[in-house]
Amino acid sequence: MKYLDEFSDPGLARKLVDQIKAATSKRWSIMEVCGGQTHSIIRHGIDQLLPDIEMIHGPGCPVCVTPLEIIDKALEIASRPQVIFCSFGDMLRVPGSEKDLFRVKSEGGDVRVVYSPLDALTIARDNPHRQVVFFGIGFETTAPANAMTVYQAKRLGIDNFSLLVSHVLVPPAVAAIMESPTCRVQAFLAAGHVCTVMGTDEYPPLCEKYRVPIVVTGFEPLDILEGIRRTVLQLESGRYELENAYSRAVQAAGNVAARAMLLDVFAVTDRAWRGIGMIPRSGWRLSHNYRDYDAEYRFSVADMRTEESSICLSGKVLQGLIKPHECPAFGTLCTPRNPIGATMVSSEGACAAYYLYRRLEVSHV
Amino acid sequence: MCLAVPGKILSLNDCDGTLMSVVDFGGIKKEVCLEYIPDAQVGQYVVVHVGFALQRLDEESAIRTLAEFEHLGVLEEEFTDGFELAARKAGLDNPNEARS
Amino acid sequence: MSETPPNGRATIDMQTWVCPVPLRDTPNVVMGHGGGGAMSAELIEHLFLPAFGPAADTGMGDSAVIDIGAVRLAFSTDSFVVKPLVFPGGSIGDLAVNGTINDLAMAGARPLVLSTAFILEEGTPLFELSRVAQAVGTAALSAGVKLVTGDTKVVDAGHGDGVYINTAGIGLVDERADIRPQRATIGDVIIVSGDIGVHGVAVMSCREGLQFDTTVASDTAPLHGLVAAMLDTGTDIHVLRDPTRGGVAAALNEIAKASKIGISLDEQRLPIPAEVRDACGLLGLDPLQVANEGKLVAFTPAEEADRVLAALRAHPLGARAAVIGHCVAEHPGMVTARTALGGTRVVDLPIGEQLPRIC
Repeated sequence: MKYLDEFSDPGLARKLVDQIKAATSKRWSIMEVCGGQTHSIIRHGIDQLLPDIEMIHGPGCPVCVTPLEIIDKALEIASRPQVIFCSFGDMLRVPGSEKDLFRVKSEGGDVRVVYSPLDALTIARDNPHRQVVFFGIGFETTAPANAMTVYQAKRLGIDNFSLLVSHVLVPPAVAAIMESPTCRVQAFLAAGHVCTVMGTDEYPPLCEKYRVPIVVTGFEPLDILEGIRRTVLQLESGRYELENAYSRAVQAAGNVAARAMLLDVFAVTDRAWRGIGMIPRSGWRLSHNYRDYDAEYRFSVADMRTEESSICLSGKVLQGLIKPHECPAFGTLCTPRNPIGATMVSSEGACAAYYLYRRLEVSHV
Repeated sequence: MCLAVPGKILSLNDCDGTLMSVVDFGGIKKEVCLEYIPDAQVGQYVVVHVGFALQRLDEESAIRTLAEFEHLGVLEEEFTDGFELAARKAGLDNPNEARS
Repeated sequence: MSETPPNGRATIDMQTWVCPVPLRDTPNVVMGHGGGGAMSAELIEHLFLPAFGPAADTGMGDSAVIDIGAVRLAFSTDSFVVKPLVFPGGSIGDLAVNGTINDLAMAGARPLVLSTAFILEEGTPLFELSRVAQAVGTAALSAGVKLVTGDTKVVDAGHGDGVYINTAGIGLVDERADIRPQRATIGDVIIVSGDIGVHGVAVMSCREGLQFDTTVASDTAPLHGLVAAMLDTGTDIHVLRDPTRGGVAAALNEIAKASKIGISLDEQRLPIPAEVRDACGLLGLDPLQVANEGKLVAFTPAEEADRVLAALRAHPLGARAAVIGHCVAEHPGMVTARTALGGTRVVDLPIGEQLPRIC
């Protein structure tokens, strides 16, 4: 694919790896925020090529951090006979307190996987006598798609459609991680596609406050290596600035039209991140203008409350405090086949990624 | 987050007042909403996530970045003190500096 | 299972890695049980086989080889539940015939006869059924197989996705063949007969909620001619498998476990067409886990690999055959791949259904 394949070139990757090694004089700990970046790092074996760089896998997988409460609300709504519950594929195996969406489907719920929220809107138009709900999760990257969909639903009067929203935001998560007393992170690779939408202006204040380099990074192997290279150069010279290493897809102002839509459709809210806890003003819910399309109100689940599992240490993993295999449940009670926490479900989740790709390394200990 | 993929706009059309397009991902064609890049033109490349174009792909920037990768290390070799470079790669102090 | 020695690094026992009580998480059948991956295997191992009791032959592979006097017969059955019924490159009818023929061929057998049992949903248009039935007849004819018996049942509307087909087949095992998943040996070369990921992408491209335009058409094809060509080289072929649901990843993982050897692939040698790669990129899928319906993987002794490869490439269905890896002593039961960047990744058994992702 054009503009993708070129950024996987093994020869250029070699050059970047050599440059990074030449520049590195001591061990550094860098957190890549985005789950897609984690996936790429592990899938291509990038961290194996850089033994002096510790890549800490951050909480950048919306599947992993979607609050347990929202999952339970989703399961409750999906179980109702009137409802066609539409979701991205990622969410289907995420465990709620007792079950997941696959189980709800097996019990008779109409659960459907879609590629885009607009597909759910089409389903709503094609099924006027059913209630169609779309599970609107994700970071800032996915929010514009969900926003436009509910905006169209309102504009076109597709009233049997509603959105169950649980968006999470990156900058508050970065701050929360740096505020943690046991934080080991020395620099961040910022999530490239989040910045495609939001631009980069939220990050320089974080660089300043926490004295950490933040480099906006893409997803292909060369993008990741370049992000690491620029980060190492900053760390080695004691700089802590915002840099954009993904300029082909990220502009400083982001996407202006999308940001305007987001302001209209969503309102900032406190959000409990699964496994981490409450981070103030770290999420989006539907704004007052769109309350009529808010599935939480339409299905009266707004007051549901949930307790998280005490076995699951995904929170500590997400903050980079422990590695997945240091959790007592890893590989035993908790496997991709039978996940306890969401980090074991998503292929980007730190635990699942570890399980799949690190078995080799760990088994040689 | 963020499986977003670059593709080329093949055609534009209005669907119920929404700006839509057909985008070509190297042979795979899919309907993509262009409302967030309303001035996009046929033939341009856009980055697409879950059926929405989020940004125009800056082709010049992509080419420039790849060229930079190609030249990494080359410029350094041409313009740096050869000893310093070799010493750094071997993990030693620059022998020239030690001498002077 | 998992212990933390004094230096703090956990060790994990490869043999007991999988959750000890695999069925405890759900009291019902879920879609994942049909995915061809870990869940399917567990359902067979932990529900069906114990329930069948002593009557079950624990061999239970894709195809059973039965000795009747001097004759070795292969016997196989498969059910087809694909949605939509018709897709680029074929229909459920083609799959039903070729699928069972291929299960027989993977045991080194020449397919002779098939049965066809239809379960029809009330309300299915007859012209659609006719189209499927014609596809069955055409596929059987071109494969040289007779349709000798069958059955038809109808279920209430809302209970059947239009048409479900079960086919069972009998074949004559070639006397030169001793082909079993347990025969993979360290040093064996692994060959795939052509482009992978094609069928899965073709079907996905017309599924509701995922539609995209593509020229990718299903690769459904009967492979017994290809297998005969391989056997004619005189090579002692160790293992054959058609990588259907779960893709090449599922097939190789099963063989690695059955033979207790490790498998090491070279990612750069996998024949993946650009459009399959792009579709997988768009949906976030791994081509190694995407279904194939007209391909096989073969394990041959290293010294015979070139001969087998030449025979494959000389056959119309094997023109894009390629060596993709070999069997190793390390990490028995696991499949790994060397990435283009020189790193190593694990190629795991897919867990349930393959689903597109956003992340």
